[in-house]
Amino acid sequence: MSYLINSSEILQTIEMIDQQHLDVRTITMGISLLDCADRDIKVCCQRVYDKICALAHRLVDTGCAIEQEFGIPIVNKRIAVSPISMVAAACDSEDYVPLARALDRAAQAVGVNFIGGFSALTHKGFTRSDRLLIQSIPQALTETELVCSSVNVASTRAGINMDAVARMGQIIRQTADISPMGCAKLVVFANAVEDNPFMAGAFHGVGEPECVINVGVSGPGVVAHALKACKGQPFDVVAETVKKTAFKITRMGQLVAQEASRRLHVPFGVVDLSLAPTPAIGDSVAEILEIMGLEKCGGHGTTAALALLNDAVKKGGSMASSHVGGLSGAFIPVSEDAGMISAVESGALSIDKLEAMTCVCSVGLDMIAVPGDTSAEIIAAIIADEAAIGVVNNKTTAVRLIPAKGKTVGDRIDFGGLLGSAPVMPLHGGSPAEFIARGGRIPAPLHSLKN
Amino acid sequence: MKAIVSVFAKDCKGITAYVTTLLAKNEINILDISQTLMQEYFAMIMLVDLTDCPLPFDQLARQLKEKGAERTLDIHIQRQDIFEAMHRI
Repeated sequence: MSYLINSSEILQTIEMIDQQHLDVRTITMGISLLDCADRDIKVCCQRVYDKICALAHRLVDTGCAIEQEFGIPIVNKRIAVSPISMVAAACDSEDYVPLARALDRAAQAVGVNFIGGFSALTHKGFTRSDRLLIQSIPQALTETELVCSSVNVASTRAGINMDAVARMGQIIRQTADISPMGCAKLVVFANAVEDNPFMAGAFHGVGEPECVINVGVSGPGVVAHALKACKGQPFDVVAETVKKTAFKITRMGQLVAQEASRRLHVPFGVVDLSLAPTPAIGDSVAEILEIMGLEKCGGHGTTAALALLNDAVKKGGSMASSHVGGLSGAFIPVSEDAGMISAVESGALSIDKLEAMTCVCSVGLDMIAVPGDTSAEIIAAIIADEAAIGVVNNKTTAVRLIPAKGKTVGDRIDFGGLLGSAPVMPLHGGSPAEFIARGGRIPAPLHSLKN
Repeated sequence: MKAIVSVFAKDCKGITAYVTTLLAKNEINILDISQTLMQEYFAMIMLVDLTDCPLPFDQLARQLKEKGAERTLDIHIQRQDIFEAMHRI
């Protein structure tokens, strides 16, 4: 065509969308609820509901219109709110479940897929409100459908709050006993970010504006397709190919973010440069690692391959967007990635290798099913290990474990939809109970004398 | 607003005539057009101007899809901005 864009580029874009699962994974509206505080929790709930409905009532329609006009699927429209432990701190109630119900009703009313922010930031210690919120999590996640919860237990500057780690081990255990699905909506963080658009860990941080639009892009299938064309080439070519592909994916996310921001009259926050897999065949991060030359994801070489992928995605993506933030990197949720599931089932991918992989990629031990009888102390110790990786390496790490009630190693647990299904993975024996029972704080690490 | 209309089908007679008639009926001006054959598949890409089109974008997209399906054509319409964003710095 004589026009600036040529036919092959147009066909490439259409092929990415139609055959390689390219999509915008989420448009997430961040909403501050700090002005909804009230001594009476009923008043607080009503204010929360009203404010969310007032600000987000056009979110889903706007997302659908953009989807239609640009021809790019926008899989999720979501909301992140201020950590509820702060919003509820003024309430004289000791039960925060009504606030979770109010969030759920508001999310249902505006038609979003999930609402995140039933959260507490406890990396240095608990407020009274943090304790009450954490105590409400099992019931809140069981009674609601769309509410997601997260708790930050560690940071590089504050160290690891081991009391919070131990408590979250118990909370995950309790939630699993009522409903394993609840655990899929609960994340424990170290170095949680304030502008993450992805669930279950999204919340609207205290440094954020009144209302903001953040966008999370995806596209493992597109990267996999591009890498198939560089078989046998050196890593320099692999890195360049990933960068170029990430650039294109992110430009599309930036366009969608700006358009949503303009139409909703809400400022644009960040694009989260992520490779978020889905259970669909051909939309897998594990597959990308295997295309790089590994027989199976989880074998030796996996960590190096993932490190290259993660870095190249950020390099390519950061040039494509005016503001980059959120978690930004490759995600490795086991249940949501067909290649990861297959690697676990074949015995190639263990929890230890997943832990090593989290040192070089976005987030952490994500959507991993563990035996139903896993003790609270073991869960807490897994959280502590992961938090240590995040704190020492100055990165975000997280744990989203699902103790599969009544199931053991080799069984499978199904979540449905984007959450997929997960094989139950074996853990190590040996009780860390005495270690976890110590409580207190692991001090913040030294960030000099680095050798 | 400018948009890209892309048509994919097994090659047969009258595809271009059929699609351009659909566009003309909706007051859509074709600014540029290109066609290629990939094996037995026909791909046509048009840059169009929607300024005078009376239909809202979503209805137009639906109509093109439905009318396309009647002749086993796969017709997409997308705003041109997405291609520019993705392929131009």
